Amino acid sequence: MTDQFEPTIIGFTCNWCSYRASDLAGTARMKYAPNVRLIRLMCSGRLDPTFVLRALSEGADGVMITGCHPGECHYIEQNYKALRRFLLLRRVLTGLGIEPGRVKLVWASAAEGARFASETTTFVEEIRKLGPLNWGKDDDGPQTADDGKSSIVHGQEMEVPA
Amino acid sequence: MTEKIGVYVCHCGSNIAGVVDVEDVAKWAAEKLGHQGVVVARDYKFMCSSLGQELIEKDIKELGLTRVVVAACSPHLHEKTFRIAAQNAGLNPYLVELASIREQVSWVHTDKAVATAKSKAVVSGAVSRVIENAPLDEIKVPINPNTLVVGGGIAGIQSALEIANAGFHVYLVEREPSIGGHMAQFDKTFPTLDCSACILTPRMVEAGTHPNITLLTWSEVVNVAGYVGNFNVTIKKKARFINEELCTGCGICQEKCPKKVIDDVYEAGLGYRKAVYTPFAQAVPNFPVMDKENCIYFEKGTCKACEKFCPTNAIDFNQQDELINIDVGNIVLATGYDLFDARRVSNYGYGRLPNVFTSLEFERLSNAAGPTTGNIVLRDGKTVPKSVGIIHCVGSRDRNFNNYCSVICCMQGLKFAHLVHERTGATVYNFYIDMRTAYKAYDEFYQRVLEEGTLFVRGKVAEVTDAARYSNERGKLIIQTEDTLAGKQRRIPVDMVILSSGLEPRHDAREVGKLFGISCSMDGWFTEKHPKLDPVSTMTEGIYIVGCAQGPKDIPSSVAQGAAASARVLDKILQKEVALEPIKATVNKEMCSGCRICNGLCPFNAIAFLADDNVSEINPALCQGCGTCVAACPAGAISGTGFSNEQIIAQIDGLLMRNLEPVEA
Amino acid sequence: MTTNGKPKFAMYWAASCGGCEIAVLNTHEKILDVDANFDVVFWPVAMDAKYKDVEAMEDGSILLTLFNGGIRNDENEHLAKLLRQKSKIMVAFGSCACEGCIPGLANLSPVGDIVHTAYNTITTDNPNEIYPRTSYDVPEGELHIPTLAKVLRPLEQVVDVDYFMPGCPPESHQIAAVIDLVIKVVKGEAELPPKGAVIGAGDSTVCDECPRARNVKLIKEFTRIQDIAPVDPDLCLLEQGIPCNGPATRSGCMARCPGVGAQCIGCYGPAEGVMDYGARLITAFSSVIDATEPEEIDRILDGIPDPTGQVYRFNLAGSLLKANRDAWKVK
Repeated sequence: MTDQFEPTIIGFTCNWCSYRASDLAGTARMKYAPNVRLIRLMCSGRLDPTFVLRALSEGADGVMITGCHPGECHYIEQNYKALRRFLLLRRVLTGLGIEPGRVKLVWASAAEGARFASETTTFVEEIRKLGPLNWGKDDDGPQTADDGKSSIVHGQEMEVPA
Repeated sequence: MTEKIGVYVCHCGSNIAGVVDVEDVAKWAAEKLGHQGVVVARDYKFMCSSLGQELIEKDIKELGLTRVVVAACSPHLHEKTFRIAAQNAGLNPYLVELASIREQVSWVHTDKAVATAKSKAVVSGAVSRVIENAPLDEIKVPINPNTLVVGGGIAGIQSALEIANAGFHVYLVEREPSIGGHMAQFDKTFPTLDCSACILTPRMVEAGTHPNITLLTWSEVVNVAGYVGNFNVTIKKKARFINEELCTGCGICQEKCPKKVIDDVYEAGLGYRKAVYTPFAQAVPNFPVMDKENCIYFEKGTCKACEKFCPTNAIDFNQQDELINIDVGNIVLATGYDLFDARRVSNYGYGRLPNVFTSLEFERLSNAAGPTTGNIVLRDGKTVPKSVGIIHCVGSRDRNFNNYCSVICCMQGLKFAHLVHERTGATVYNFYIDMRTAYKAYDEFYQRVLEEGTLFVRGKVAEVTDAARYSNERGKLIIQTEDTLAGKQRRIPVDMVILSSGLEPRHDAREVGKLFGISCSMDGWFTEKHPKLDPVSTMTEGIYIVGCAQGPKDIPSSVAQGAAASARVLDKILQKEVALEPIKATVNKEMCSGCRICNGLCPFNAIAFLADDNVSEINPALCQGCGTCVAACPAGAISGTGFSNEQIIAQIDGLLMRNLEPVEA
Repeated sequence: MTTNGKPKFAMYWAASCGGCEIAVLNTHEKILDVDANFDVVFWPVAMDAKYKDVEAMEDGSILLTLFNGGIRNDENEHLAKLLRQKSKIMVAFGSCACEGCIPGLANLSPVGDIVHTAYNTITTDNPNEIYPRTSYDVPEGELHIPTLAKVLRPLEQVVDVDYFMPGCPPESHQIAAVIDLVIKVVKGEAELPPKGAVIGAGDSTVCDECPRARNVKLIKEFTRIQDIAPVDPDLCLLEQGIPCNGPATRSGCMARCPGVGAQCIGCYGPAEGVMDYGARLITAFSSVIDATEPEEIDRILDGIPDPTGQVYRFNLAGSLLKANRDAWKVK
C-alpha cells in the first residue's frame, strides 16, 4: 500500500446496460481501480439527486452515474431524464463549491465492459487529483460557549481574503 | 434490532477466495454488523450448489432469519437461485440481497487486501439495504398465445412453423413482397450443394398456407407497446395496389407491363423486373407488387396496361397503406443481415472494374433461374471466364471495416470455387487469410475443392487492378497479393474476381432495436441475454432474436435458432401466465398535489392524471419499474418497490461504512 | 411547574429577522388567548428578561418554547441548549429554526468573507481594517461578544426538537391553530401529535392549494417572472417557464404567492419525508425540460441564473450538504 490518497467513490449503474458492462468487465477479467462501490438501479432515470448529495455528505469523494447510451435506454428514453437532472445537479453542486468533476456521467452499453473499466479507472485518477472531499468533516463546526474558547478568531489574526 | 440477518460469503472455488479473504469477510460481518442484526455469517465453497443452498435454508428455518445477504457472483447470474432457496425455506424471496464480490471485486482486482476491504464494503451496503427490503409478491399476468415473427427469412419461417405446428397462431411480418429472405437468392448451399430453392420453397409454401400463420408481407412494424405476454403491435401494410382477394397470381399483369426496371434487390442488379412484379417465380405469397416509383401510371397518369389485361380486375390504383393492430404475447425478431457493401473496399475495384462481382451477384449468375440462366459469364453477358479469383474476408476481420469474422464467407468462397470449376473449367484461385471450415462436413468440402484443383493463396489481397505491367496481364484483372506461405508478393491475372463479402447488421438494426426495446452490441448485432446459455433471448422479456439478426451465422445455425426461440415462446404460452417482477411505482394520493410533473415522464403511458381528485395515478400493469417518476416527484409522493429511497440511501450509507458499530468516544 | 396555575410559555429569537414575532402578534385577538392560558416567562422581544433568570428555572418547567432563528453564534447555541433543558416542548418555529432560511444562505460564504463584506465594502469606510473582536479588555474588565460559528445551523442540528413549524413566517392562521391545539392539550381535550411532527402546515405541496390550471409541462425556456409580460393569471407558473418552487414546497400557506402572481420561493420547506429539498427541485425543474441534447439542455438551464440559491433559498442550512465547501474549510 502506498501513501497516495485512495478516493472512495459510489457508482450508480443501470441494471440493463452499465451493470451488465461491469459484469462483462468481470467475466473478461479486466482490471480496474477498486475505489468504486456500485449500486444497481433499474435505470439511470431512477437516480434521485438526493442519492448523490447523500453520498457526498457521508464521505464519498466522487459519484459516478452510469446508464445506457442515449437512444439505447431499456426504458426507451429515461436516460435523457437522468442527463437533464445531472446537468442541473452539477450546476447546484458548483454553487456549493464542489468541483463539477466529482460527479461524472458515463454512458456504457452492456457490451462495453472495457469502456466501463477504463472510465472507472480514469475517474478514480481524476478524483485522486482533486483530493479528498471530507464534506463538513474539517472539524465539528463551532465550539460551544460552554467551553469558553472561540473557534473563530476575529480581528487582527483573522485572514481576510483580498 | 428486530431483523435477524444471515450473511453468506461464497468462495466460488478460487474465483473469489483466490483474491478475497472470504473467511475474514464473514468474520468481519458477524462482528461489525452484529448491531445491524447480523446473527450468522458463514463462508462456503460454492454457495449456489445444492449444499450451499441447504445451508442457507437450514439457517432460515433454525435461526429464524428474516433477511439474507449472499456475497457471491453478480445478481444477474444467481439472484433467482438464492431467492428460490429462501422461498423454499419459507422466507419471502425479495428479502434476499446479492452482494457481488466476484464480477465486481475478485475478477477485476488483484490486491488481496484491497479486494477484501472492498468486499466488506459491498457486504456492508447489502446488509444495510436488506433491512429496508420489503416482502413482495410476484405479479402474474396472462400470456396472449399469439406470436409475432418479424422477418421471413429461413430463421423466421422456421420459428413461425414450429409455433404454428404446435397449434398456436403466428403473425409473420416481412418487409419485402415475398418471404424467403437471402436464402431465396442463393443457388447452392454448402457443404452438401443442395439447391437452395429446393429446400427452402417447401418451407415457404408451408408457411404461406398454414392455417395458424397470418402472412403479412410488404409490411413493417411501426409501433410496439406493452410488455411480455401482452404486446400491442402496430403494423403498416404497405399498399400493393393489388386486391389480394381477387388476384390469382397468374402473372399476366407482369407480362403486359411495359416498364422494365433493373432489379437491385432480388437479382442484385444483374437482371430486370417489371414495374408490377413478383420478385421471383416461387414467391410466397404469389401476389405481385406495384412499384409506385417506376409505374408509368403513377408517373404520368396514363398506361394502366396491367388493369386492362387483368382477368380478375385485381388491380387497384387507389389502394392505401393500412395500419393493422395486433395483440401478441411474444415477439421473435428474425430480421437478418445486410451484405457488406464491397464498394467500401475501393482497392478491390467493385463498381469501378466491371468484372469484379459480389458474392450475391455471383449467386444470381450461377443460379439456373437467374438472369443468365446459370451461365457464369463476365459483365458483357457472354464471355466465359478462363480464370477466376475469389477473395475471402472482404470487409470482415479487417480493422478498417469490421473486426468480426462473418462465419460464412470461407465456405461461400469454397462453394463458388467449386461451381466455377464445375461449370466453366476455369482456373480458380482462392485468396484467404485463415481458412475457417469448422462444422459438420465443412472441412471435407474444403478437401474436395482442394482436390478439384482450385489454387489457394494465403495472404491478404492488396488490390485488384486493370493496370497491366506485363503482356500476360493485358485485358485482365490483376490481383496483387502477398503469399505468406511462399513468402513473396504475387500478381495473378484473372478474368473475373468474386468478392466473398462479409455480413453486416441491418442498416436500421438500431432503430428496430429501439422499437422493440432491445439493444445492439458494439458491432450492431442484437444483444442476446447470455452469449452461451441464452443466445436467443434478450434482456427484454418476451422478445427473442434468431438467425443473423443476432450475429453472423450459416443456414443450419439460423434454423436451429429459429426453432430454439420457438421452444422458448411455447414454454411461455403453455405456462399461460408470466410472473412479472413486482418492481412498480405507486402514488401516495395523500401526498400527491397534482403538479403533473411526472405525467410527461413515462414512456409507457402508465401515469394518468385524475382531474376530479387532482392526483396522478400509476397503472401497475403498464408500469415497467424504471423508477424515473419516483426520482422525479418533487413532493416525494411516489414510491417504488424493490428500489425504494430507503433501500438505496441505506445502501449508500452501508457502502460508505456509516453503519458500523458506533465507537464509544 | 407554574407560578399562577398557568403553564409557562417562552419564545426566543436566535439568528432571525423578527418576522416570526410579528407573525405571532399578527394573530390579533388570539394573542390574548396566549396570555389567558399561559404564563409568559421569557420573550425578549416583548418583555424584559435576563438569561440568568432562565438559568435559575427548574429543568422542564417551561411547557412550550417557540424557538425561532438559526444557530449562528455561541450565544444562540447557549440559549438553544438552555431552553431545551428548561422546556417540555421545544418547537422549531419558522423557517430559520427549521432549515436555516435566508440567514442560512450565509453558509455559501466562509465566515471571514461575511465579516469582511460587512465591515469593508464600498459603503463601509474602514481604512484601518478594524474588525470586531470577541473579547476586549476595558478598565472594568473583559468584554465579550458572541462568536460567529463557521456555519449557521438549524435548531435540530444543535438540540433535540419536538415539533417543527415551518414558514417565513408561519402563517398567522396556522399559529392560531397550533396555539388552540396546545391549549386543548393542556385542558386534556386533545392529544399532542407524535414527536418530530411538522405542525401548522399541510402534508402535500403548494401545488395542492394553488388555484392555477396545470397540464403536462414541457419547457423550452426558463425565464424570470419580471421578463414575461403578461404572465398568464390562470396557468401554472412553471408551465410558463418560471422556476416556481411550489411543486416541492410544503403546503399550508394557501399558495399565497402563486395566488397573487408571484412564484413560490419555498419558505415552507420540503414536504413530508423528503430528505433534501433542493434535490426535489432539481428533479422537478429538470423533468419539465423539453430537450435531449446536452447543449440545448444547458441553454435552457441558463435561464436559472442562480441554481443553488434557487433550490436552496430557505433550505441550505437544513440540506444534506448544509454549506458551501469554503465555509466548512475555515479553521
